[in-house]
Amino acid sequence: MVVGQTWSHHHRVRPNPLLTYMIRRLISAVVLLFVVSAVTFAIFFLLPRVAGATADDLASRYVGKTAGQEQIHAAAVRLGFTDPIWVQYGRFAKGIVVGSEYNTGVSIEQCPAPCLGYSFITQNPVLPDLLDRLPVTLSLAAGAAVLWLFGGVATGVVSALKRGSPIDRTAMGIALAGVSLPIFFTGLLALSIFSYGLGWTAQGGSYTPFQENPLMWAYDLLLPWITLSFLYAAAYARLTRAGMLETMNEDYIRTARAKGLRERDVVVRHGLRAALTPILTIFGLDLGLLLGGAILTESTFSLNGVGKYAVDAVANNDLPKVLGVTLLGATFIVVANLVVDLLYAVVDPRVRVS
Amino acid sequence: MSQPSPSPSSPAGPPSGSSADGTPAENAPAEKRSRRRREAPPSTGLDGIGGLGAAAPDTFLSVRDLRVHFPTDDGVVKSVDGISFDLARGKTLGIVGESGSGKSVTSMSIMGLHKPGTVTMTGSIRLGSEELIGAGSETVRELRGKRMAMIFQDPLSAMHPFYTVGHQIVEAYKMHNDVSTSVAKKHAVEMLDRVGIPQASSRVDDYPHQFSGGMRQRAMIAMALSCDPDLLIADEPTTALDVTVQAQILDLIRDLQSEFNSAVIIITHDLGVVAELSDDIMVMYAGRAVEYATAADVFERPEHPYTWGLLSSMPRLDRARTDRLRPIPGSPPSLINVPSGCPFHPRCAYADRTGGLSQSQRPPLDEKAPGHYAACHLTPEQRTEIWENDIRPTL
Amino acid sequence: MKNTRLMAVAAAAVLALGLSACGGSASTGTGGSGSTGGSGGSSAAPAADAAIGKIYNPSTTKGGTLRFGMAGDWDSVDPGDTYYGLSWNFLRNYARTLVVFKAAPGAEGAKLVPDLATSLGKPSDGNKTWTYTLRDGIKFEDGTPITSKDIKYAVARQLDKDTFPNGPTYFNDFLADIPAGYSVYKDKNLDDLKSIETPDDKTIIFKLKTGFSGFDYFAQLPATAPVPVAKDTGTKYKEKVVSSGPYKFVSYSQGKNMELDRNPNYDPKTDPESGRLALPDKLTVELGLNAADVDNRLQSGGLDVDIAGTGVQAESQGKILADPTLKAKTDNAQAARTWFSVLNSDVAPLDNVDCRKAVVLAYDKTGYQRAYGGNTGGAIATSLMPPNVPGHADFDLYNFKAKPQGDPEAAKAELAKCGQPNGFETNVSYRAERPKEKATAESLQQSLAKVGIKLNIKAYPTADYTKLYAGKPDYAKANKLGVIIYGWGADWPDGFGFLSQIVDSRVIRPSGNTNLGIKVPAVDAGIDQAMAETDATKRDTIWGNVDKSVMEAAAVIPGVWAKGLLFRPDTITNVFVNDGFTMYDYAAMGVKQ
Repeated sequence: MVVGQTWSHHHRVRPNPLLTYMIRRLISAVVLLFVVSAVTFAIFFLLPRVAGATADDLASRYVGKTAGQEQIHAAAVRLGFTDPIWVQYGRFAKGIVVGSEYNTGVSIEQCPAPCLGYSFITQNPVLPDLLDRLPVTLSLAAGAAVLWLFGGVATGVVSALKRGSPIDRTAMGIALAGVSLPIFFTGLLALSIFSYGLGWTAQGGSYTPFQENPLMWAYDLLLPWITLSFLYAAAYARLTRAGMLETMNEDYIRTARAKGLRERDVVVRHGLRAALTPILTIFGLDLGLLLGGAILTESTFSLNGVGKYAVDAVANNDLPKVLGVTLLGATFIVVANLVVDLLYAVVDPRVRVS
Repeated sequence: MSQPSPSPSSPAGPPSGSSADGTPAENAPAEKRSRRRREAPPSTGLDGIGGLGAAAPDTFLSVRDLRVHFPTDDGVVKSVDGISFDLARGKTLGIVGESGSGKSVTSMSIMGLHKPGTVTMTGSIRLGSEELIGAGSETVRELRGKRMAMIFQDPLSAMHPFYTVGHQIVEAYKMHNDVSTSVAKKHAVEMLDRVGIPQASSRVDDYPHQFSGGMRQRAMIAMALSCDPDLLIADEPTTALDVTVQAQILDLIRDLQSEFNSAVIIITHDLGVVAELSDDIMVMYAGRAVEYATAADVFERPEHPYTWGLLSSMPRLDRARTDRLRPIPGSPPSLINVPSGCPFHPRCAYADRTGGLSQSQRPPLDEKAPGHYAACHLTPEQRTEIWENDIRPTL
Repeated sequence: MKNTRLMAVAAAAVLALGLSACGGSASTGTGGSGSTGGSGGSSAAPAADAAIGKIYNPSTTKGGTLRFGMAGDWDSVDPGDTYYGLSWNFLRNYARTLVVFKAAPGAEGAKLVPDLATSLGKPSDGNKTWTYTLRDGIKFEDGTPITSKDIKYAVARQLDKDTFPNGPTYFNDFLADIPAGYSVYKDKNLDDLKSIETPDDKTIIFKLKTGFSGFDYFAQLPATAPVPVAKDTGTKYKEKVVSSGPYKFVSYSQGKNMELDRNPNYDPKTDPESGRLALPDKLTVELGLNAADVDNRLQSGGLDVDIAGTGVQAESQGKILADPTLKAKTDNAQAARTWFSVLNSDVAPLDNVDCRKAVVLAYDKTGYQRAYGGNTGGAIATSLMPPNVPGHADFDLYNFKAKPQGDPEAAKAELAKCGQPNGFETNVSYRAERPKEKATAESLQQSLAKVGIKLNIKAYPTADYTKLYAGKPDYAKANKLGVIIYGWGADWPDGFGFLSQIVDSRVIRPSGNTNLGIKVPAVDAGIDQAMAETDATKRDTIWGNVDKSVMEAAAVIPGVWAKGLLFRPDTITNVFVNDGFTMYDYAAMGVKQ
């Protein structure tokens, strides 16, 4: 499309700047992920040691509550906590790349690559569990993202165009509430009104996979979507409003009007197009963050997604799970960041050249 | 509401039968453009001028007693407070003044670009047979870009950074012409070619930031002219450009005007820009016209001390280097509390020679000489004396 | 599927309206299967505590889906690897053990009855040998007959605590001659485990290190539910437990949900004594629910049972108690649990009994109770053992009833006796994630300050509380944890099940303790005496005396005998609190049709 045409003419001889840019960003993303894995590992396995916990202390979480000292120590050896920390990290990193094996004491369990760890509490590799729960989080995040993006941006645009009007003030008042109120409050309130009071929406804990019944999928997720998107829509409305107020004062908006474009086109194609660009960046990061688990929303609505998994893992002190979910979340953020950067280059032609 | 002081305006084109050169602009535009502007005779003698009278029959744009007021918390900003002028096809009007004099507000009013609700506009703006004041916003919008177009000071900020130059021209063209994108694109390439962009067929897909400043202004002009408008308003078209490019752009505007036979308004703070381009010049101060005459008259026999000031502050290639520019002392007045009497009096070196009139009475825009209007309390003798002895020798 | 559920709820609501409109006229022949036996009382108006000691809404009507919900997750659904009371209650639906608590209201429920076995255990050799004979016709879900070897294998496999860390260790502790590091996964030959004998397919004999008169309580542990060796997948067995009970696994997704339906090879004729009714056609459990949402759903009819069985959330409790119609649907059930604090005898000056007595006398009993939610949360405890544990004796050694706010004068006298007339300073620990324990610490701090005892509050993470901090004697001593806030629920309603793990000084290990510093010789002696006593009534009396010895030594601040406010939705029938598990009985409950 636009990009292709640009280089189809006189730029042909130069190395494709977009491609160079993409490769550069891709490499830095991989490096970043490596750093993230090391830091995360250090937080969960090095930090406790520095703080004074012994290998046996770490292992004591994975044996029964009545285990004796020898049993604990045997577990520490079996789980590798007695090895030097870099050996432990090496094993972990190797697991990500080529997979690894875990000795549960009874059998050798396979954890195929990319192995994000093995939970000794549920006796399962972490990644398949996470992937099993990802569709819930994905559904939640995607639906909410659509709602908040359209709702927030539309509200922001209207507010900006009607700046100072009762519409603007009402919208911004609601937005302030939306930004300030925590999900576990709005969520429970919404549940008690719309699900238990009026019976319009599904009750907490409802989820139907999309491929099973798309209508039920949407019905079950409607309230979580609305609650989650309310929070984000509020922020996006404020952002959009500020952005629109700025861009609608730009000279090129005057130019667009001077050309005789319809006001709708001026606002959407010229004003919003420019105002949306920074919002796109934030949107990408927000979505990435959310894919790593919408912890509060999933907990409030009892949805068994990645966020719920993380909460349960923390509650059970199941470190490999916590580590895995952290890594997955970090990966989503890094990838989202990468996608946003690349999209940015496509959206804003000025980025490519510089 | 008080009757405003009459704002006579010079006719843009001669009334039929009274034109000095007798050649209607529409008939032989190219020939007319080839002559030096200064040689154009003053267009005078319109009955309607001086009041809110009828415009000359060939007038294309006719503005009468235009008032543009912005209500604010601090009071009403009278950005334009009663101006009138006429402009015919093929003719160029230069509107000159410092920033805040109301010249840009005037052009925005003609284009209908003020944000509705923020402004009160009264008077009359007639474009051809259409009255623009009070017209529906949709009516005015359809005229924009098609019958009247505008180019702006800074072509970088005036073009959308995310769309190719071609796209922005195509968008304008398709808005007013029911054609396919490929036809519009072909037209865009032709327009870019016409305004002197080399390799137009490939540059059409470039983004504004890939163009140089002069090229961008050319592209803006191509965009403005893409629908062959009858009226082109150029708001400080060269201010952001360096000197050599300025001249090229002015030449381009002149050439295109002759080719398209449009009426042109050039808005500038720099008399030098309009010197060679304009048929008529209107000097604005504090929302009103203070002098309105043919370009030749304004340069040869300026009647208003403010015009003198502008002339003195105009850089000229032929001026001796040792002479310094003499900017007008002081700064433009507030448009909320316009000074009593002549609004220019606080800055005028000669205000004390009018026996207090300048401080107390607002001078009307009178016809000081045939077709030459000025708003000043100085007597004709005083003005001639000051101009000939004090000002002219220093220029 | 969701639709049908909504429909079902709607239908139930309509039906309920219809019933009340008819004024409970008897013969509304619902479906074909129902005998009208108990349904006469089914439309009785709900009343608070109507399911305590009696059956509320009695019914024998079969059919429907009983929907359980749970905030959080299971430790395990593998009978060999679970220590949750709710599991022991629930798993009776898919696992049969040698003996079992009877599914019956009132004291009956705390009674052991034979399940797979034909009778309770027959002891010999000074209670060191226990013999059980299996019933005829018992089968796994695939139709394979259950033999004594399947039970031996089940007990043997869970001895490997590396593989099954969650369950209790009673068999590890009591069976004779377990080879060191014994694991069925390393040593497939069951003959090497000599302390369990299976002379034939119907007989199983357990041999203990020391005589233990209460072995039937071990025989009711889920660990004795048979496991077919061919189907055992070790840690993965929980994903598909082979049923010996009335229901079998349809699906189980860890942390998410579980579905059970009828086991065609379960023959009720082989199960005459347990009281299992198996009324619903299907059981579902939703896991990982939001705790507040569980309460909402119970009230809206979106859920039938909060499987946790510990009562509604503090936030819901106020609302429910304030609304008479809601309150009528609750049972404030006594739990076999006490919220108490240990006075750590390792930390001076609490090594001195008089100093401990000063603390016991001085603390504000009502403050402790308030921290746990007042009367609904439980009664002020005058001793460690809760009143519903057989053998519980009522005594009030320190005049709690007369001086519920504490007795500073008497406390000061004790302080003088222990040589600390101006009081002393020590630390109080609690589990950081538990706001009630925090409130307890603050209440103790305030009331003890009145007699000059200064408490510094220390919080520790719950998960590591017994492993690294309060339950690790070295740590507790070095950090002067004099008062350790804790709580304990009975493994079963019996003095041994409640007391042995928290007051016997001989179970203290280097870490992971549940006895947090109680070392009283009279207590240890009493425990030995009780374990040797075969007569249940005499045994219970001895346990009551052990409880008294604990209080005489002022080893604990008794705190609160916990109660839970259970919510009883209209959707369920045949509801009663089982005193064995101190929550609704999950093997007898039905669904309103």
